[in-house]
Amino acid sequence: MRENPTPPLPASDRARALMTARARWTLPEIVFWLAAAATVVFLPQRHIMLNEIAILALFALSLDLLLGYAGIVSLGHAAFLGVGAYTAGLLAKHVIADPFVGLLAAGFTAGLVGLVTSFLVLRGSDLTRLMVTLGIAMVLYEIANKAGWLTGGADGLQGITMAPVLGLFRFDMFGRTAYIYSLTTLFILFLIARRITNSPFGASLTAIRDNPLRAQAIAIPLNPRLVAVYTLAAVYAGIAGALLAQTAQFVSLDVLDLHRSADVLLVLVIGGTGYLYGGIIGAVLFKLLQDYISSLTPEYWHFWIGLILVVFVLVGRERLSDWPRLLWQRLARPATERAP
Amino acid sequence: MTILFDGIAYGMVLFVLSSGLCITLGLMNFVNLAHGAFAMAGGYATVVLTTRWGVNLLLALPIAFVVTAALGLVLERTLYVHVYGRPHLDQVLFTIGIVFMSIAGIDYLMGPQQQFVRMPDVLKGRMDVMGVGVSRYRLLIIVICGLLTIALQLILSRTRFGSQLRAAVDDPRVARGLGISVNRVFALTFAVGSGLAGLGGALGAEILGLDPTFPLKFLLYFMVVVTVGGTSTITGPFLAALLLGIADVAGKYYIPEVGAFIIYSLMIVVLVFRPQGLFARN
Repeated sequence: MRENPTPPLPASDRARALMTARARWTLPEIVFWLAAAATVVFLPQRHIMLNEIAILALFALSLDLLLGYAGIVSLGHAAFLGVGAYTAGLLAKHVIADPFVGLLAAGFTAGLVGLVTSFLVLRGSDLTRLMVTLGIAMVLYEIANKAGWLTGGADGLQGITMAPVLGLFRFDMFGRTAYIYSLTTLFILFLIARRITNSPFGASLTAIRDNPLRAQAIAIPLNPRLVAVYTLAAVYAGIAGALLAQTAQFVSLDVLDLHRSADVLLVLVIGGTGYLYGGIIGAVLFKLLQDYISSLTPEYWHFWIGLILVVFVLVGRERLSDWPRLLWQRLARPATERAP
Repeated sequence: MTILFDGIAYGMVLFVLSSGLCITLGLMNFVNLAHGAFAMAGGYATVVLTTRWGVNLLLALPIAFVVTAALGLVLERTLYVHVYGRPHLDQVLFTIGIVFMSIAGIDYLMGPQQQFVRMPDVLKGRMDVMGVGVSRYRLLIIVICGLLTIALQLILSRTRFGSQLRAAVDDPRVARGLGISVNRVFALTFAVGSGLAGLGGALGAEILGLDPTFPLKFLLYFMVVVTVGGTSTITGPFLAALLLGIADVAGKYYIPEVGAFIIYSLMIVVLVFRPQGLFARN
């Protein structure tokens, strides 16, 4: 046994140092966001698609909080996207057209729905959760479909006109304002998510994901934490839905559809779960892929998406989706952690 | 009365459709969201057989069963077998992938419009049974499905294969140790389950409507039958399917504006309060 030259720091200090080291911004992260900001200037003709990517990324980020950090498998995450989209759409149409108020209201409503339904979801096994989340999304779909007087039913919610962002920037037809608006929202919400996942709260979530029994044994309150993260994920998804409604100025029933939930799962699987950039990288890859495939076969692109899903699972989800994450970790690991 | 009758026929079809899923999902603990794809395969096989090749419907039904069972067997041996022990998320992704592929594939081959089965003249129209107007086709469905249910129950509870299956499900390792070829039992069960789905799809094409979105549209119905019915017996899902069928038909007839809403909510309530199913014995 080697003699320790300096007495070790108390455990709480060491933990704090570890958490801060992990939360430190690294060069690749900064480069990543600078590159995202650069697309505003350098890719003006792709703003509409970039806007879709930003929204999908936010949606995937929200699912990542749930699936990647807390380990809850959801098959109905589109429920919150839809609630957010309809809230923002209806609010803009009937009450107030300011986008920020819409975002807040959508986040609040979706969060409320998330809070209420979380108590249903948290019971039972994976399988029950799958079906309950699926069932909730279907119920909301039916409600939106049948409440035609409110939501426009199958025709979609039309006639939304948004006020300019901050009263200054109008939504133009090239999607420039929309993209900047969505990207900024994504960035701010990402910062918040980053702060949360790097906090002790975030660490307790991963503990629950990895081993609920042991997490409970070290006095992590299981259910309150899961309720909290479920609600948080719902808020995020709701805001993504609001962005969708506001930038498209239209809400269709499609936002609640099952394929939305499936698509976002795929996005997350492509990018990798359990780290915040997974959803964003996945969204970029997914949209590029979708764009490419649907330029080849516009009607049947879901076939190829299905094929990709099957291949992903058969080859091994971890093996394939690890490369973006490993690459990312290699680039982004803080210097202190890299040292042995 | 006619509504009750239609509801029973509808429920019977749902039961035959879901019975395979009861086994894979309930007993083998495998989340097979692609179950509807097999049903759709059976439905389309029947459509092609009856309309293009002029095969009689009664002959087309067993063919549909065999075709989907074979399809199920092939897929089980080549693809599904790799996914059995995986986490549920993998199974969900995998089977959703299959669903997407089947939807786009059928769309490509047959077009997106709704398909109809050509029926022999004997089965068309209604007849009067004790003052109740009864559709002949639905009567046929009830007879076939009723017989199937009894046969299934007997196979599961009385035959050697049934007990092998139950043993393999309860504890695959011990079953293997007793010389039961677990893989073969599972493969056979999966094939029969798929075949039943195919038969259900063939029978139900007329009642449920057959188009490429079929696997997604009825996914939740299958899930409801399995979850509400529980998986410890075959009678549980059977009763659940009947209830669901009657409730759905009656609901659509009397309160069309509510639609499927009641059924979904009912499923959630049951799942929350009785996760092991309404008719399960604890």
